[in-house]
Amino acid sequence: MTAVEPVLGERTLPGRIGDSPTRPDGVAKVQGSFAFSGDMSADGFLWGATLRSPHPSARIRSIDLSAAWRIAGVEAIVTADDVPGKLTYGLIASDQPVFASDTVRYVGEPVAAVAAIHPEVCRRALAAIVVDYEVLEPLTDPERAIDPSVAPIHPDGNVIRRQRIVCGDPSVQGEIQVEGTYEIGMQDQAFLGLEAALAVPDPGGAGVELHVATQWLHEDRHQIAACLDLADEQVRLVLGGVGGAFGAREDISLQVHTCLLALRTGRPVRMAYSREESFLGHVHRHPARIWMRHHADRDGRLLNIEARFVLDGGAYASTSAAVLVNAVTHTQGPYKCDNAIVDGYAVRTNNLPCGAMRGFGVVQACFAHEGQMDKLARACGLDPVEIRLRNAMQTGDRLITGQVIENVAPVERCILETAALPLPDEPVGGHDGDPMRLPGGAGLTADRQHIRRGIGWGVSIKNLMYSENFDDYSTARCRLADGVVSLKFATAEVGQGFITIAGQIARTVLGVDDVELEPIDTAIGSAGSTSASRQTWMSGGAVDGACRLVRERLFELVAARHGIDALRLAIDGRDVVDTMGELRVAVAEASSGIVIEETFEHHHRPTEHLDELGQGNCHTAFAFVAHRAVVDVDPELGLVKVVQIATAQDVGRALNPLSVIGQIEGGIAQGLGLAVMEEIIQTDGRVRNASFTDYLLPTMLDMPPVLTTLVEEPDPMAPLGAKGVGEPPCISSTPAVVAAIRDAIGRDLDRVPVRPFDIAL
Amino acid sequence: MTISSSPAELGSNQIYTLRVNGTDREVRDAWVGESLLFVLRERLGLLGSKGACEQGECGSCSVLVDGELLCSCLVLAASATDQEIVTIEGIAPVGAPSDVQQAYVDAGAVQCGFCTPGLIMATHALLERSPDPSELEIREALSGNICRCTGYGRIIDAVQKVSVARRVES
Repeated sequence: MTAVEPVLGERTLPGRIGDSPTRPDGVAKVQGSFAFSGDMSADGFLWGATLRSPHPSARIRSIDLSAAWRIAGVEAIVTADDVPGKLTYGLIASDQPVFASDTVRYVGEPVAAVAAIHPEVCRRALAAIVVDYEVLEPLTDPERAIDPSVAPIHPDGNVIRRQRIVCGDPSVQGEIQVEGTYEIGMQDQAFLGLEAALAVPDPGGAGVELHVATQWLHEDRHQIAACLDLADEQVRLVLGGVGGAFGAREDISLQVHTCLLALRTGRPVRMAYSREESFLGHVHRHPARIWMRHHADRDGRLLNIEARFVLDGGAYASTSAAVLVNAVTHTQGPYKCDNAIVDGYAVRTNNLPCGAMRGFGVVQACFAHEGQMDKLARACGLDPVEIRLRNAMQTGDRLITGQVIENVAPVERCILETAALPLPDEPVGGHDGDPMRLPGGAGLTADRQHIRRGIGWGVSIKNLMYSENFDDYSTARCRLADGVVSLKFATAEVGQGFITIAGQIARTVLGVDDVELEPIDTAIGSAGSTSASRQTWMSGGAVDGACRLVRERLFELVAARHGIDALRLAIDGRDVVDTMGELRVAVAEASSGIVIEETFEHHHRPTEHLDELGQGNCHTAFAFVAHRAVVDVDPELGLVKVVQIATAQDVGRALNPLSVIGQIEGGIAQGLGLAVMEEIIQTDGRVRNASFTDYLLPTMLDMPPVLTTLVEEPDPMAPLGAKGVGEPPCISSTPAVVAAIRDAIGRDLDRVPVRPFDIAL
Repeated sequence: MTISSSPAELGSNQIYTLRVNGTDREVRDAWVGESLLFVLRERLGLLGSKGACEQGECGSCSVLVDGELLCSCLVLAASATDQEIVTIEGIAPVGAPSDVQQAYVDAGAVQCGFCTPGLIMATHALLERSPDPSELEIREALSGNICRCTGYGRIIDAVQKVSVARRVES
């Protein structure tokens, strides 16, 4: 393995790569002075609000706005008739109307929007809009959506994408065969900072400035501009403070509506979703039904995998096509297998639209393949660790898509390092016997003698960056003047801490202490999306590249001044040094009175589309992780207490170890949530639990201690040796928890979240 | 920037006074249906309290009212007169964070930061009544504050560090 180029001075000065400096926005956030998108305001602003469909499927016969217009304080009401440009938007396919005009396809679909002087006036105006619906029978069963005899619910058809994979000889039969059908419920990203934006129109309506919490400023801008019939340059996006994202801010939600109201009224407009509206107004994790049959020899070595995936995309396509590709191409998990046949569908229904959520299709595949690995272990008489070690993938192995894993692939090490972490030493209920530690906690429902403990495993592979020929490049600009660096990029900071490591990179490359960050907006080229665990690699690569270009020019200047070859110069600490001589000059001094500015675009290597048989180098890079969960289960009431999670994650190189730990622990909390509590429940297309009272999220009492080992094997393919770390924690933590519950109660559980009645009945 | 008025159509608009962070603040022309959270944010410009669920489940809008930690989204502003209200802005001056606030920054307990002001309020309240809480006590006391980013590990670490530091100091 090639070592990453060592940087002199690394890990020797505070704030450099490998250190864990605090967040630049940390003090503002703890003091409440950090401006989130919902905190933005402007003189003379109006409030915006959205009218949504109460039906999963209906035709709109008419919309009567007259009563709403009569309410004092209402300044604008807009419907599909008022959209000046393109009537639809979407990330991959532009199939979602800005406002429904003739048909509504899910509960919550926007039909109209109002601007008024007070939120309560908005609410009353929405209540006064009369929409005459002809209610239709919704299509809610994804299997029916595949059936070509079922009428399409959208002009683009009901099958958003079908993708097969045929690899090797899929007729190979194993002496050992295990089979299962797995279901994954619809998870919500449930970020805390609700959707919110402020749109400020240019004088005369020549353009608009939108302050918004998003994951991808430039893509938003492109979609918004098309709908407003403006050029991209006439729409300026500024990142409003983002209160979490997790995939839900990759799609447009209120962006076009807010801008449209601002342009219509000529006044700034603020729009902010309620929690209920947020559940309806953004895309979710795809519910999935996955069948798998694994073939192995008596030693447990995988020979062949058969699988079928059905992902419910809901009413509009969003990123469903890419989510499906991720799901099917991760069928095998982090295990070698030469033969496979996979069939996958992402379909359209009248359920809530689904798109990106942390893990992006791989969460679903992993829950199925890890369930299968445990079944295989039992069938072969092996323990869960041994079956995984025997099949563990390595660098150079070939995926069922034909793609060779070229990244560092320390699957075996992740498993062994996880296994080496200590199991909890306390008995059920803890040493102090506090009943709060038992399943059911404060309910005091558990009888300690009946509680059963279980241990389970999950191991996963996750692709990093975008796939299938998408060039999701990132741009950064670096400016050095008088020893101070300023950095400019459009990378959405959503809490993950890119703004922290950007400074670390600049300090390390340029030997400075002071790094200023310019506003995050569309005044520079795209950074791509803050998703797919890609910003450390892509925007980190862009910042690193821009800083290196500046460093080259600095070295040329110093070299010219001293009559030496610039190639002899290096950064050591805060100085430029001659590696072959005595020269040592502080960067602050060397850059005194000059300005050096460079912009760099980082592109990852090209990838390919999958062919009809699912073959092709479709992914950019991969990361790996292992999880072990310990749970206590009350089998009588079906309640679960997760006692401990241990993990070893392949991070390449931890640029900021404290941030990496934060991503790992936070991702595991979301994985635990999917395992035992989180699900949007829909009946006939209607959402039953669109609130934080009814959609359960892990609290501090639900989260166990997490033991973490960072597996640091710098990846030669990554610009800084660092892999993205955001998604892997929430992928195999879910199957690990479920495996632990199975271990405790000795029963198959093939669905997440695991509900009390799945255990107790 | 705060909103200036409400239309008479929204009902009887009264003048009332809230005592926030030690200062009397007059609220004029407000609709009586406005929550304390809304008035703090939109009329008094105290944007540090956050709204994330509107039903007292997430703790993001936590403030102290007469020393009691509660969710300001559940309180009608017009009913919170004659009470001492403390918001996140009343915890420490800008640029001079409290020990709890600094510990959150240093321990890596802040990611997106949306839940943070509420958690800071709850942490101050916890350490006020129980200076040396056990881990379980911390988990129980802060379980009304949902954080979606951190998985809580670094938050518990921050609270424990403050507790230890205060003990050493005293």
